[in-house]
Amino acid sequence: METANPCPSLKPNEYKSGTKPVWCPGCGDYSVLLAITKAMSEMNLEPENVALVSGIGCSSRLPAYLNVYGFHAVHGRALPVATGLKVSRPDLTVLAAGGDGDGFSIGGNHFMHACRRNVDMTYIVMDNQVYGMTKGQASPTTDPDWDKSKLTPGGTKINPYYPLVIALASGANFIARASSTDPNGAAKVLVDAIRHPGFSFVHMLSPCVTFRPEQKDWKKMVRAAPVEPTKDPAVAAKRLMTDDNFFLGTLYKGDRAAYQPELKTTVEHLSDLEQGFVL
Amino acid sequence: MNNSASTETAKGSSTGAPRSLSIAMLGSGGSGVMTAGQQLLDAAGQAGWYGMMTRSSGPQIRGGEAAALLRLSPQPVETHKGRFDILLAIDWLNADRFVGEIILDSNSIVIGDVGGQVPDAISNMGGRYVELPLSELAKGITGGRPNMVALGALAQLINLPVDALEKVLTKSLSKKGEAAIEASMSGVRAGIEQASAIPDIPEFRIEANSQVERWSITGNEAAGLGAIRGGVRFVAAYPITPGTEILEWLAPNLKKVGGVLVQAEDELASINQLIGGSFGGTPSLTATSGPGLALMIESIGLAVASETPVVVVDVMRGGPSTGIPTKSEQSDLNIALYGLHGDAPHIVVAPMSIGDCLFTTQWATHLAETLQTASIVLSDQSLGQTRALIDRPADIAFVSGGRKITSKAEDFRRYVVNESGVSPMSIPGTPGCQYTADGLEHSPTGTPSSRAEDHIQQLNKRKRKLDQFDYGDHWAKIEGKGDMAVLTWGSSTGPVSEAIDMLAAEGHKVRLISMRLLSPTQPERLAAALAGVQRTLVVEQCHGAQFYHYLRAHYDLPCELRSMAVPGPLMIRPDDVYSELKAWEND
Repeated sequence: METANPCPSLKPNEYKSGTKPVWCPGCGDYSVLLAITKAMSEMNLEPENVALVSGIGCSSRLPAYLNVYGFHAVHGRALPVATGLKVSRPDLTVLAAGGDGDGFSIGGNHFMHACRRNVDMTYIVMDNQVYGMTKGQASPTTDPDWDKSKLTPGGTKINPYYPLVIALASGANFIARASSTDPNGAAKVLVDAIRHPGFSFVHMLSPCVTFRPEQKDWKKMVRAAPVEPTKDPAVAAKRLMTDDNFFLGTLYKGDRAAYQPELKTTVEHLSDLEQGFVL
Repeated sequence: MNNSASTETAKGSSTGAPRSLSIAMLGSGGSGVMTAGQQLLDAAGQAGWYGMMTRSSGPQIRGGEAAALLRLSPQPVETHKGRFDILLAIDWLNADRFVGEIILDSNSIVIGDVGGQVPDAISNMGGRYVELPLSELAKGITGGRPNMVALGALAQLINLPVDALEKVLTKSLSKKGEAAIEASMSGVRAGIEQASAIPDIPEFRIEANSQVERWSITGNEAAGLGAIRGGVRFVAAYPITPGTEILEWLAPNLKKVGGVLVQAEDELASINQLIGGSFGGTPSLTATSGPGLALMIESIGLAVASETPVVVVDVMRGGPSTGIPTKSEQSDLNIALYGLHGDAPHIVVAPMSIGDCLFTTQWATHLAETLQTASIVLSDQSLGQTRALIDRPADIAFVSGGRKITSKAEDFRRYVVNESGVSPMSIPGTPGCQYTADGLEHSPTGTPSSRAEDHIQQLNKRKRKLDQFDYGDHWAKIEGKGDMAVLTWGSSTGPVSEAIDMLAAEGHKVRLISMRLLSPTQPERLAAALAGVQRTLVVEQCHGAQFYHYLRAHYDLPCELRSMAVPGPLMIRPDDVYSELKAWEND
């Protein structure tokens, strides 16, 4: 377990920018914001050395609410922006964040390849199983019979996407689930995820009280997973067979080396590159 | 030697175009025509000549018919003639495919292997047919190959010194060892002997000219070097024909200068990785072609809105859709200029020669960095994949006008509205200057805003910084005087320039204006360049006359205009432009 920093230089609140969030009252994302600031404070991170990259959606508005470097990119592309940043600036602590539609639908291909590439960053997906910003459509994690969207009358009739399985199969180096209903627990998971080398994926349950009011019950359904994290993908895969989407905690901590090409100049002059052209 | 043959070379420079020799080598995949062509070009360079070689092949990955198209000259050349002095075929499989691309006349020499069947489409063009026992001679040499016999024969026909060939072969085969070099040289010597026995060969000799350091480089390699000279240290890559060689050249070379190339999962990822790299303070670039550019467009708009510098080199190919991936066209002008949604001012530039791919890419990087915006470089297949012998390009250093800050600044506002329109850009790691870059419209501090005042201020700022910048003389190449002009851009500049030289030799003055800077528009500069011009021909390799319509939309053109808009895949030839100008002159 992580030990608390005896004298954090900044309190969680001091990682906030002061900009008022656009989120609805009661939105789970407030607690995720809190958990992120708690994790940063716990780790004593200097705000100027942290960058948070997001895509589009309610939860993707996060960067503007923090006092770290932020990039609010276009829909689905948080992970490539974060990848380019971290690979060229390995000295920074890089986080990416967004929702289930942003990360698993329009950005689905990047999710798979970010897991596979294993750049040292932490990806937080706030899953509420709905597109909130566009007023309530089914997302990849929505149950097939959810029929409250005009876009899919009678439900989607297609099986939901199962992010933890995809993350494991694609090679993510750290896989965990946390919940906005427990910000302290979520902060602990985030600290662990940020400290772990390589690509860390945190599946963050974060209810949408406006379009999925029934998710208010999630706080009664979440519970700590009864087991310790494993570094064996086969064991992790087996545990996922009985996961009901509400077990919290870290499932998998791999030991694969992070992808980080060395940035080292080996020629004295740029003109050395031209020798191949000289006849 | 028969000097009566009326090849262009034999006639000398009476047309004003460079004295030159055009040679086509034809063969099925694996026959080694590309290798032999490259060796012939390099040997010509060793001998002090200039030249260029274009690889022409179908969409097949391996196999099929391929042609190495060479033009050699004592002066720099930037375009093919279309007409060939010598066509040598190692075999004739599917040779019909090149009719239209390889033009022969009665003065051409056509060389084939003994027993080969010259297709009617080739023989109908005329030309004197000569048979050489290419494969039979190769069989008599241990490790011998017909392409080396062909190389020797061509060297003999054009009076290329054998020591230049030996030097090139020794260098290119050094890894394969002595035996391979000897096998190739035996083939070359056999070819020389055979060709020297051919009677009545025109005098094809070209004198060596320059003693300046000579480079052998493709436009794609030149663009890669221009990127590094411009300071690019992060590249995200997704392979696409015909742009891949830029990325392949950059991968090992970026590494040497402390940079990095990441192969991305698609173009959506590559453009966004660039944005991330650039946000972190590292100048970033990618290379692609039309389909890739189309995928990147949304995020190029993000770079514009968030004022994050990025450079995208589009090596254009025939479109629309998958189009003709291996052939050139200038038909991505519209998407580069107008593809972005919203009002999104950005830079569009185009190199006008193979060597200029270096300068223009370096300049594009400088402009992106200085103006904190996106630069699109419109190269194309004919520039990118043609290898040319050129003088070493000059070293050019731009004074950085970027306003990146790495130490704490008082009252830092990332998108502050100021006169130049270029605001300070803090680099992550800089304390006290944290901000959120955003594709949402924002206030001067970067806070998302849908207020009318913020929108108009930021729109004005993003436009002003591009409009006010002094692009200097780099915006265009302007040559010659006269009341007739040709307006062109990119790879069409080579054939236009040569057509104008042909007319000049006949005493007709025609002005050349080739625009390197396509966005932002430069109406005052073009007006000055066109002063006194009565008639202007607009030349482009594009069916939709996109350049012509762009000029009509954005510039005052107080002269009579004609459009010469020709789609790919065939290259625009100097003769075509010459005829068009000549016809108009005589109207």
